[in-house]
Amino acid sequence: MGEGIKMDGNHSVIQAKDLVKTYKMGEVEVHALCGVTLTIQRGEVVSIMGPSGSGKSTLLDILGCLDLPSSGDYILDGETVEKLNDDQLASIRNRKVGFVFQSFNLLPRSTALSNVELPMTYAGVSGKDRRQRARSALEAVGLADRMDHKPTELSGGQQQRVAIARALVNNPAIVLADEPTGNLDSKSGKEIMELLLKSNQERGTTLVIVTHDPNIAAQTQRVLHLSDGELVPAEVST
Amino acid sequence: MNFSQYLVDAFGSLTSNKLRSSLTILGIVIGVAAVVSMLAIGQGAENSISNSINNIGTNLLFISSGGGPGVRVTNPKPLLLSDVTVLSDPSQAPDVEYVTGVLNIRGDVSANGQDTSTSVVGVSPNYAVMRNLTVAEGEFITSDNINTRSAVAVIGTDVATNLFNRTDNIVGQTIRVQNQLFKVIGVLESKGGGGFGSQDNQVLVPITTAQSRLARRANRNQVDQILISAASSSQVQAAETEVTQILRSRHHLADNAQADFYILSQSDILSSASSITGTLTVFLGGIGGISLVVGGIGIMNIMLVTVTERTREIGLRKALGARKRDIRAQFLIESLLLSMLGGAIGVLLAWVISNLIAQISEANGTPITPSISLNAVLLATFFSAGVGCFFGLYPANRAANLEPVEALRAE
Repeated sequence: MGEGIKMDGNHSVIQAKDLVKTYKMGEVEVHALCGVTLTIQRGEVVSIMGPSGSGKSTLLDILGCLDLPSSGDYILDGETVEKLNDDQLASIRNRKVGFVFQSFNLLPRSTALSNVELPMTYAGVSGKDRRQRARSALEAVGLADRMDHKPTELSGGQQQRVAIARALVNNPAIVLADEPTGNLDSKSGKEIMELLLKSNQERGTTLVIVTHDPNIAAQTQRVLHLSDGELVPAEVST
Repeated sequence: MNFSQYLVDAFGSLTSNKLRSSLTILGIVIGVAAVVSMLAIGQGAENSISNSINNIGTNLLFISSGGGPGVRVTNPKPLLLSDVTVLSDPSQAPDVEYVTGVLNIRGDVSANGQDTSTSVVGVSPNYAVMRNLTVAEGEFITSDNINTRSAVAVIGTDVATNLFNRTDNIVGQTIRVQNQLFKVIGVLESKGGGGFGSQDNQVLVPITTAQSRLARRANRNQVDQILISAASSSQVQAAETEVTQILRSRHHLADNAQADFYILSQSDILSSASSITGTLTVFLGGIGGISLVVGGIGIMNIMLVTVTERTREIGLRKALGARKRDIRAQFLIESLLLSMLGGAIGVLLAWVISNLIAQISEANGTPITPSISLNAVLLATFFSAGVGCFFGLYPANRAANLEPVEALRAE
């Protein structure tokens, strides 16, 4: 375990301390994150707000184990992340993280069912089991009659539902949603938020949602404001 | 992720871009077809040449006067009919089975007012056995013919056709050689073409008759060549040694003196011919190989384009838990599938090409039967798989090493 962090033990899913991320752009060093410390409890619904360039995406990349911090400690669901190699990171993403993207990111050639199966194929789940779990995940998001459709044959809202089914199918410790309603009309957006919150209520999924939209942030239990790579009190950022 | 899943994925992505995939495959098809059919043609040429060499007889040694190719000998002693007699003596040359002198005579042959240019050869009765000749009608030259120096001839089927427009009912006809009348006593069975001077286009006469009536040689006893056959292939070497010793002593050569005759064995001819055709085969295969490499570069090119196009997909797969080796395997299997499909179609195409060439060459009178050996097919399969691996590895590694964050944000 990372030194210095020993908080509520089992109750916190995310324990991050002094996360710093520095990029080199040519000769100039860009500080995307300058010491972010945060803890998220199991079952919590948290939103992250902030203007563009404030480091939201970088923070999400690190929380989702897509990228490693330049320095700082990060423990995700009991596993110390910062010292893992590429393959171990892939395995953590596979087992513990579900992603929902603004642009859905479905494989265009595959059916909804195959798209939902994808994380399980990398987890090594057998074909029959995989199919069955993907079916029930799609049923849970209300797409029982669209399983064999390809993404191009689905509306934006339906595509995002497939993406949510895909994010939940491996029972992750945390679901990270990056502007999940950003590409949707307000009606579909509302439905998607309901779906995400429902998964939190019914399965206790921990949700972290990055958003620009104050209405969305208002539906979460806690709002974190990020500005210039640092967490700030709400008044400053708004 | 298991192999069949990769295969299904790869197949899906190849069929989603059919034109591009089939053009890429075409490069490999042409390469593999070139290699396999070139090897088949080379093999076919080798077979047909070694067949025609084997056709001239078995375990033969050809002895000629002089120094052999590239060796100068001054005043070589001629080979004589008495040499033939001595070499025929089993007590002196136990490994020699048959011996005959050979006299080659120029001159047109005519009959019925028809002329034909052919080779007239003076031989003894053994010649038929040694050269695997059989008579289709009549009989071969007998020892009686030799002893009485009869004016008789055995003719090949080409000669028969040229002079009489038929190949049967010829025995008893007369032909003119150097304006002397010869009675046809036999017609040889056709042996078919073959690069080694057609055996169907010759007139055989008793060697004694040739010496006294046709040849104008300084020594009436002289022969142009002595043909020897060993009793078995294992005795060829021993026979050659015996012949050398006998001729050296008859020519009174000192131990260290250069021989004034040379011996060429059938296996020498065979091995030099097969080394030529072997070189030819390698050369042809090499040309095919170049086009296979070009096809491989085509695969690499397309795979690099594919990786670039699918950067986001790669990023997504990584976000969902794909390890480097999953991504590498995915793209490697895709390029392998391209190259193996190309290989399979290429072998089929090679089969078609070989059959076409067999028909063309037969129509032209020099039958080559290209043979697609299992080895050539295996070679092509391994080679195309190797090409797929080699040229697919770099794009696959490039895909595997993409940073998930950057790949996901790629446009």
